Amino acid sequence: MDYLLHGFFQAFQLLVQGDPETYSAVTATVLVSSMSICASLTLGIPLGFFLGINDFRGKKILRTLLDTLLSFPTVVIGLLVYAFLSKRGPLGDLGLLFTLPGVALGQTLLGLPIIIAMTATAVESLDKRLRPTLITLGATPGQMLSATLLEARYSLMLAAMAAYGRIVSEVGISMMVGGNIKWHTRTITTAIALETGKGEFAVGIALGIVLMIVALAVNIGVAALKKRAT
Amino acid sequence: MALPAAAGQSLMMATTTSTANTGLLDELIVPEFQKETGIEIKFIAVGTGKALKMAENCDVDVVLVHAPAAEQVYVNSGVLMDRTQLMYNDFVIIGPDSDPAGIKGMKVVDAMKTIAGKNAFFASRGDNSGTNKKEISLWKAAGLAVPDKADYYVQTGQGMIATITVAEEKGAYTMTDRGTYIKYAHNHDGNPALKILVEGDEVLFNQYSALAVNPAKCPDVQYDLAKKFIAWMASPATQKKIGEFKLLGKVLFTPNAGK
Repeated sequence: MDYLLHGFFQAFQLLVQGDPETYSAVTATVLVSSMSICASLTLGIPLGFFLGINDFRGKKILRTLLDTLLSFPTVVIGLLVYAFLSKRGPLGDLGLLFTLPGVALGQTLLGLPIIIAMTATAVESLDKRLRPTLITLGATPGQMLSATLLEARYSLMLAAMAAYGRIVSEVGISMMVGGNIKWHTRTITTAIALETGKGEFAVGIALGIVLMIVALAVNIGVAALKKRAT
Repeated sequence: MALPAAAGQSLMMATTTSTANTGLLDELIVPEFQKETGIEIKFIAVGTGKALKMAENCDVDVVLVHAPAAEQVYVNSGVLMDRTQLMYNDFVIIGPDSDPAGIKGMKVVDAMKTIAGKNAFFASRGDNSGTNKKEISLWKAAGLAVPDKADYYVQTGQGMIATITVAEEKGAYTMTDRGTYIKYAHNHDGNPALKILVEGDEVLFNQYSALAVNPAKCPDVQYDLAKKFIAWMASPATQKKIGEFKLLGKVLFTPNAGK
């Protein structure tokens, strides 16, 4: 049991004393998860929006497919992305294997379905009178888009948080595609896997606490943004 | 930091978990090599099986592994070249202090037969790593089939320390390299639950070698850097440092380049 206590103690030591290895992993985690969430939002919101407002044949099937992708296991994504990015794979020439952008590519695949599905649901559940109202007010398509997005902003924020939570805590993609390279692609989650593999449970717990602190900081930041937006 | 270092500045290596978990790479090899040559080593710690596969896919420049028979297969197929033996340690069979099957001091072959005969728990990595390959060869040497589906045979699919931890929880025997065992003992303040029961048999010898990825098979590979690294590892100065790398006052790897 004392390794739990020891872990707590060590977490604060690592953070307060500015342990360079820990901060390198924190930086890598924040960097890669920011890239992933930005890419997921940039691609996912328009796609989700499109899916939410349009009715077309096969929409139900598409939604079912999308919902299945919500539970895409991270190790399978890791495996797929590894196969594509390997020098022997079709995208090997990009040189993305064992780099953070490579990991971000995989994590984007993880976050994208969440953003698309939740955006679509958010847009679908908006007041049905919004669209006719906007049209009678003479809104241009651009204005309609921005007004609808504004109405859905809390749901979108929730979607972003849900996707970020999955991305930041994921280990399969980071380990396989990133390779857990010290000072480069070692994130907090892969560092935890490594320390546990070395039998250093206290350090593993300490890093787990650090990860929770990072997640908490992001949440507080988003909450502050939300407050300002209202 | 996400960007690749300038060409010629960083070497990609795939290696086994034992060299990473014991701290040999992080504490000695990587910093010393960078200090002396300016070249950074980026290493990925996986089992020997996967390290060799990574070489085959041209994803790394050099490998540091410990499965001579498997290495030879890749040398024969032209994927790897310049095989240089660098250091060794040995494997040991460890188990609970109480030694439920009574294997202490036996020859390896007899110990394996006894464990199987008494259905005593045995933890295996089951991950196709160098250690796992060695363990499988020991079952075969004892004239037994690998007890793949036997209830007493626990395959963890994880690294060595994680497997030792499983063995500890289940009161099982397992086979490990001595370096990792010392690291495990170090984690338990020198008083671990599992003790060395079988050692010293010559079949337990564990040779580590470095091999460069063949540029003829993988044109993008940094063959010059790989060659430089291998030569540096085999140099008398580095060999001396490897021999002086200790935990709990015990040598983890014995250098033997050129022998």
